[in-house]
Amino acid sequence: MNKEITITVNGTQHTLEVEPRLLLVHLIREVLNLTGTHIGCDTTSCGACTILMDGKSIKSCTVLAVQADGKSIKTIEGVSAEGQLDSLQEGFHLNHGLHCGFCTPGMVMRATELLANNPNPTEEEIRWGISGNLCRCTGYNNIVKAIQYASAKNRGVPTASTEPEFV
Amino acid sequence: MIFKITQITISPTLLNCFNDLHPFRHSLFNDLKINSMIAQSFQYESPSTIKEAIELLQKHGDEAKILSGGHSLIPMMKLRFASPEYIIDINRIPGLSYIKEEGGMLKIGALTREAEIEHSDLLKKHFPIFTDVTKLIADPQVRNMGTIGGNLAHGDAANDHPAVMLALNATVIATGPEGERAIPIDEFFFGFYQTALQPDEILTEIQIPVSQHGTGSAYHKLERKVGDYATAGVAVHLTLDKNNTCTSIGIGLTNVNPTPLRASRSEQALFGKELTESTIAQAAQFASEDCSPSSDLRGSEEYKRAMVAVLVKRMIHKAAERAKA
Repeated sequence: MNKEITITVNGTQHTLEVEPRLLLVHLIREVLNLTGTHIGCDTTSCGACTILMDGKSIKSCTVLAVQADGKSIKTIEGVSAEGQLDSLQEGFHLNHGLHCGFCTPGMVMRATELLANNPNPTEEEIRWGISGNLCRCTGYNNIVKAIQYASAKNRGVPTASTEPEFV
Repeated sequence: MIFKITQITISPTLLNCFNDLHPFRHSLFNDLKINSMIAQSFQYESPSTIKEAIELLQKHGDEAKILSGGHSLIPMMKLRFASPEYIIDINRIPGLSYIKEEGGMLKIGALTREAEIEHSDLLKKHFPIFTDVTKLIADPQVRNMGTIGGNLAHGDAANDHPAVMLALNATVIATGPEGERAIPIDEFFFGFYQTALQPDEILTEIQIPVSQHGTGSAYHKLERKVGDYATAGVAVHLTLDKNNTCTSIGIGLTNVNPTPLRASRSEQALFGKELTESTIAQAAQFASEDCSPSSDLRGSEEYKRAMVAVLVKRMIHKAAERAKA
């Protein structure tokens, strides 16, 4: 039996009828057409489907859409305000924090919560913080730098000196 | 042979594949021609009180399954290892998520998320073992959803909290039609995905005696990568008096036995004895002998036994250090 749910995605409220077994990631991608959220492994391992639910980063391939009833969801499409890159997006852009880009939306969403909880993380805290996100281009060094850039920018610390690493 | 465990019908071989291949399940799909990652249809209920949830459990019996964090259940449903007809989501029941100290007991609500446990100042102060263990459970996103109650109620010897609960001598509170009942942790785990919970009961709280002075605890698991199940894991909780004599001791083992295992002989080897290199070595040896790990892609049986011995030693030292601090 279908279930009526109301969720807010990137500030827009939707009331939808869904099958209880519909996964949140499928609702986001296939019902709402927000395909920035990726499905990598479908087994809670890779983190490409990471989104924010009430501010907490979660893997949307392992949450039912009905569980999100009444919740506020933020996806990668909701990160930049009025066409301006968010500090994390800017950090990934300037530091070459992506190669193929498949993991990037999940990395950005995860890093958003990480910096919200810990505005000035150490490199180790960043690496632990993104331990649930896999980058198979193994571009982790520049991803860490991108997050450090955003952390510095958010705190008003000069960020000009960051040099991307090419390996 | 097929085990029918309430609503989860699963063959042990298949389950081993599931546990072994956790990060590599795609190859499992090819081998077993599993090509679905969509759960079978079910009916979804989201009661707002425990009473309502228990009534639903009574009504649907074996066909219902409780949804807590869902990070063990939903993957099993996606692989169709579990196909419950009714999902009873307890996340909308208020008052099941808390960490508090009350009457000499530490009380943790069943719906408390792993991330809340990881960052709890109260636990960091009194039970650093919880910081040890939660940091090693899956990854940050999973810890934002996964709950301590679900981790225990799942009854999986590969999960990390069971060993910790054995070491801490926890009590599990189950709520059913007749009210609450307390289940000592030693009577909680039965077998393969089986616990003492009755089909109409919900795990609602975990209680742990607050430690006296001179108590320390520690947990570590050997894992191949973040998010993997333990190759072996060991939890130690001990109290030392001023002569370095062990006046209380609890040792629990993760994923080296069909059920979460208390290392009883190791505990006896230390209880009332002075903590020395030789008593510690004896305890480590007993634990490695008394567990029964199976060889799999995490390592051979011998390797796992050896790692149990190493971890028992290290965790006793770490717990003792904390006890003296």
